[in-house]
Amino acid sequence: MWPNKFDYLRAGSVDEALASISDDGKFLAGGHSLLPVMKLRLDAPEQLVDIGGIDSLSGISANGDLSIGATTTHAEIAASADVQTMCAGLASACGQVGDQAVRNFGTIGGNIAHADPASDPPTVLVACGATINIQGADGSRSVGAEDFFVDLFETALDDGELITSVSLPNCSDCRCAYVKFPHPASRYAIVGVAVCLKMDDGTCAQADVAVGGATVKAVKCAGAEAALAGTTVDDAAVNAAAEAVKSDIADWLAGDIAYPESYRQQMAGVFLKRAIAAAQS
Amino acid sequence: MQVAITVNGVVHERDVDPRTLLVHFLREDLDMTGTKIGCDTSQCGACTVHLNGKVLKSCTLLAVQADGAEVTTIEGLAENGEHHPMQTAFWENHGLQCGYCTPGMIMASAAFARDNPGASESDIRHYLEGNICRCTGYHNIVKAVKQVADAAAGS
Repeated sequence: MWPNKFDYLRAGSVDEALASISDDGKFLAGGHSLLPVMKLRLDAPEQLVDIGGIDSLSGISANGDLSIGATTTHAEIAASADVQTMCAGLASACGQVGDQAVRNFGTIGGNIAHADPASDPPTVLVACGATINIQGADGSRSVGAEDFFVDLFETALDDGELITSVSLPNCSDCRCAYVKFPHPASRYAIVGVAVCLKMDDGTCAQADVAVGGATVKAVKCAGAEAALAGTTVDDAAVNAAAEAVKSDIADWLAGDIAYPESYRQQMAGVFLKRAIAAAQS
Repeated sequence: MQVAITVNGVVHERDVDPRTLLVHFLREDLDMTGTKIGCDTSQCGACTVHLNGKVLKSCTLLAVQADGAEVTTIEGLAENGEHHPMQTAFWENHGLQCGYCTPGMIMASAAFARDNPGASESDIRHYLEGNICRCTGYHNIVKAVKQVADAAAGS
């Protein structure tokens, strides 16, 4: 399949990329979200500005907080010892995107700009309080992951803006996990649950929970978090959280003929339990 | 747009439409039809090649993105007239039936065995999730990959 015709420009720097992007242009990094969409003619930008060769957008630094450049690949994130230590859930989620060939070239920035509701990394970014760092022609700004994902394939990015990096708080003292129910054919998440538990002497001081796949965007789940916080994460608390999460996502449910909304809502509770178990193991 | 892509050790300079996918470039500009197009939606793995040593689905990258890169295809895997060990293993274990997925399977498996000597059967099955075969049921493919992974580990 051939995408529509477009003008192609390879940018050597972020400034050049921002100066070059046209009104109907898109940034291209790994292309593993954008090109499939273009091949299916679901999108037809008239210009692609390739940011894949800009070194400053790639790489992982772990000075205090975790900072991941926008064009860092899923494979690099999944294999990073720093990410495995500082946000184990994100390393796990990035290791579950697509397959090895896709992870070798697909990037975290492209993934979140695409905002596929069934993708894995956004759920962890929302749970763990990530910040999306954005640059535009008028300057830079930062948006919390929860506000960044607006709706189905819709983000807070304005036209001409570029994601430069994703920052995450150091989560090395947390118990953090991402567990998904993969579609048997596509391996996309039917339900994906990210859990991050801050434990203090056997008691959960803070719980962060997000659900994706079952929803049109990754959703932070305050009810489930409240059910876990202040408890020892015993069976009663876990069961209460699994019940509460169904209400948390009720306004955002997505479904199809094989896996309808009601089923995914139910499975969110089941997979929250599994995610909590994985986080504690 | 002018590109210079090294394919199997030979630099190929061509003027391509920017929307040309790498798999189109290989098959139609270079007449290297060993690399197949299957699903054309990054799922089946029939178009798998190596780009700078990494496994890539060549239907999901523009040829212009590969400008300056080194690509290895199934045509370039044998050296000095000798099959690559993964090609030999697919032959010996009959890791194919119709053969359509085979170039992609061998390219993906060759990179996997290189990076994961001694890999277990379950590692192999998990890794091959990105390459779909509709004939074999995978059993002989897994046997072939295991043979090379074991040999690479010296066991």
